[in-house]
Amino acid sequence: MSKSVYINSVGSVSVQKTFDNSEFLNEITTYNDTVASVVNPDYKAYIPPTQARRMAKGIKMSTVSSQTALQEAGLENVDAIIVGTGLGCIGDSVKFVRDIIDNDEQFLTPTRFIQSSHNTVSGQIALGISCKGYNFTYVHAAVSFESCLIDAKMQLENDEAKNILVGGVDEMVKYHVDTHRLIGHIKSEPADSTRLLTVNTKGSVMGEGAHFFVLSNEKQESTYAELVAIETYNSIAQENIPNKIEAFLEENHMTIEDLDLVILGNNGDVDFDGYYENLSTGLFKDRPQAYYKHLSTEFDTASGFAFWLSAKILKTQTIPEVVKLNEIEVSNPRTILIYNQYRGENHSLMLLRKC
Amino acid sequence: MSELKLELKEKIIEQLNLEDIAIEEIADTDPLFGEGLGLDSIDALELIVMLDKDYGIKLADPKQGRTIFESIDSMATYIEEHRSR
Amino acid sequence: MSKGVAITGMGIISAIGNNVQENYNSLISGKAGISKISHIETIHADEIMVGEIKTTNAEFEAQLGLSQNSFSRSPILGIIAAKEALVQAGISDINDYKTGLISSTTVGGMDKSEQYFHEYFESNEHWQHINGLHAGDSTKKIADAIGLKESFMTTISTACSSAANAIMLGARMIKSGKLDRAIVGGTDALSKFTINGFKTLMILSDTYNTPFDENRKGLNLGEAGAFLVLESDKIVGEKNRKVLAYVKGYGNSNDAFHQTASSENGDGAVLAMEKALKVAGLEPEQIDYVNAHGTATPNNDLSEGRALQRVFDEGKVPEFSSTKAFTGHTLAVAGGVEAIYSVLALQNNRVYPNLNFKTPMKEFDLLPQTEVKEKELNYVLSNSFGFGGNCSTLIISKEA
Repeated sequence: MSKSVYINSVGSVSVQKTFDNSEFLNEITTYNDTVASVVNPDYKAYIPPTQARRMAKGIKMSTVSSQTALQEAGLENVDAIIVGTGLGCIGDSVKFVRDIIDNDEQFLTPTRFIQSSHNTVSGQIALGISCKGYNFTYVHAAVSFESCLIDAKMQLENDEAKNILVGGVDEMVKYHVDTHRLIGHIKSEPADSTRLLTVNTKGSVMGEGAHFFVLSNEKQESTYAELVAIETYNSIAQENIPNKIEAFLEENHMTIEDLDLVILGNNGDVDFDGYYENLSTGLFKDRPQAYYKHLSTEFDTASGFAFWLSAKILKTQTIPEVVKLNEIEVSNPRTILIYNQYRGENHSLMLLRKC
Repeated sequence: MSELKLELKEKIIEQLNLEDIAIEEIADTDPLFGEGLGLDSIDALELIVMLDKDYGIKLADPKQGRTIFESIDSMATYIEEHRSR
Repeated sequence: MSKGVAITGMGIISAIGNNVQENYNSLISGKAGISKISHIETIHADEIMVGEIKTTNAEFEAQLGLSQNSFSRSPILGIIAAKEALVQAGISDINDYKTGLISSTTVGGMDKSEQYFHEYFESNEHWQHINGLHAGDSTKKIADAIGLKESFMTTISTACSSAANAIMLGARMIKSGKLDRAIVGGTDALSKFTINGFKTLMILSDTYNTPFDENRKGLNLGEAGAFLVLESDKIVGEKNRKVLAYVKGYGNSNDAFHQTASSENGDGAVLAMEKALKVAGLEPEQIDYVNAHGTATPNNDLSEGRALQRVFDEGKVPEFSSTKAFTGHTLAVAGGVEAIYSVLALQNNRVYPNLNFKTPMKEFDLLPQTEVKEKELNYVLSNSFGFGGNCSTLIISKEA
């Protein structure tokens, strides 16, 4: 009999002010832009200057977010650290490449190269708390964070670990934005976040964030919810998605009617939001629906924000008005399904339940 | 020589991002690594690049850095003896 | 003692061969693939040696039926290796069982990103490479090439232990019943980025790398693609597969010591090896051969040597060698390359030579195997360690 998996704590640094766990989207940051940066916590309150001096922004955001999660779970150490990131500390990677080219491969210094390694976040968290346990980094675009959850869930179910710190992080960097705007992945014209789904333009609003959680196979007072199931798919033909979702629910002995809330990853890209709209007006038309990318923006580990949002909703039993996608009300949400994809690829389904 | 030492302190603070340390806080004889300023092996590599770039001194073996970078005094002495720019 | 996960196919391309058989022939005949660099223009060309695959991208693209300059080199190497692995396993329809693709890389499409870094803003000629900077993009291209659909697919990047971790994850997912089949491995091409990066760390040798030698000067970078097919007992039974060997044990830990260096006593390495032995249900003395990480950097070989002495106590370290002197350090792929070499060692009952070894290290009396040795092998232990403290160990066995 495999063990249940619980979300025992959360930590978030995002485009919204989410770093304080005592709040839940009390104030909303809006923007009218093609990109948005995180609301920065006071990093100095979390990170001693001797450590901070070499840290890229992604590491700083992750440090705050992971410390918050560890603290809320009442833990100083964990059995494993699993981090997902689409691009790692891409800022340092870009600077290092620029140094190579612009200095003709001379007088290069190691710090930027070291920070460029995708696993620098998980490594530095391990170093910070002296965690000699299992340490992994997934770097698979829009399912980087989900890959962590799959791995952690497997270990906790098999009782190979008790507490695992999982997280997703990506930082926003100008060069990356500029190049991806060239190929139409990022919007060319500003989008108003309060009406993101009706701007009708190509590409998404690019941002950043760090979301960390302690997953455990033991419930405790701080527990937010149960992670019931998670699945990822490299591709699914658009017309096949409803079938996939129904099969996924069936495997977990559920039907569409059991879902109290469906959280969708609409990001305002006119070319790809159809994946979600088909479900909104089809399979999920009678279910309460929510969306979040107008709050989180788009990045490889943006689904970490959806995971955070779901955990908060299930714990507080409130659904903030700002995330609601339709008028169907639910008074006491117990079961949430998150569906995400990016540019028609890397689909993920995450099922959470109140406990 | 004292000018060089001041210059080295400024450069170390800037290149190694020691934002919260003032020049006056680094004594010429203070150990730079371990206790003292708390620099580590990655900083040593950064300093080796600085020797090359700013003073034309090439170190082939990072181990050499251990004695050269003991303190501001030792660094200044070594640079004076070996600099080509 | 838990049962191992069956390995039913392997594919590899490295500096010592374009397929599994060529790699084995080179290992047995002591033929190293270390040379001066020819494909990448770098001002360091005269000061470094590399384990370079001599075929050009253009030649590969013609061979694979791709249009010219459509892919960066990492996915190309990955596709070649993955296809060979599928052929060996006898898989014609990749989607006939629940299959996952778990790849790994450190640089992904960096070779193209650095080449067109500024040019992207001047012309749209090479925009096909912009998205290649995502590590996951190389995996997607491999998935497309082997026709994988509606499946689990991910990419691991834990520096130089990446592919070992991909193999570990695949084995765990099959054991847990999440997958019936996992295509696991990695791919990394040489790039200016890694050449200059390792140069700043001052751990690149200017000559042939010499693992575990007192006078070792550092590593030679290499490039490779390496994939293995892992399959469940169900598939092995239903499809009557020939099993090449088994993934018997695996261990992952973090050294939690330094961002790039290994601890002097090899704590993380010891933990990884001990975990792997525990998963395999083996005692250290049952290990017949250790394929060491052995990068030939002063730090790694000392740390790993000490860790070996701690795990195999009182000088009972079995025959060991590093094959990095043949291939160079292929970064993310090293664990995949060496897992394949471990399988070949088991199949042929051969221990590979640790080339270029002359002088024992003064810190201990460990002597690597320097000649090909014929020996009955049942269990081979393979180590892979990386930046960020990542330490991984695999144990490959002849029998389940």
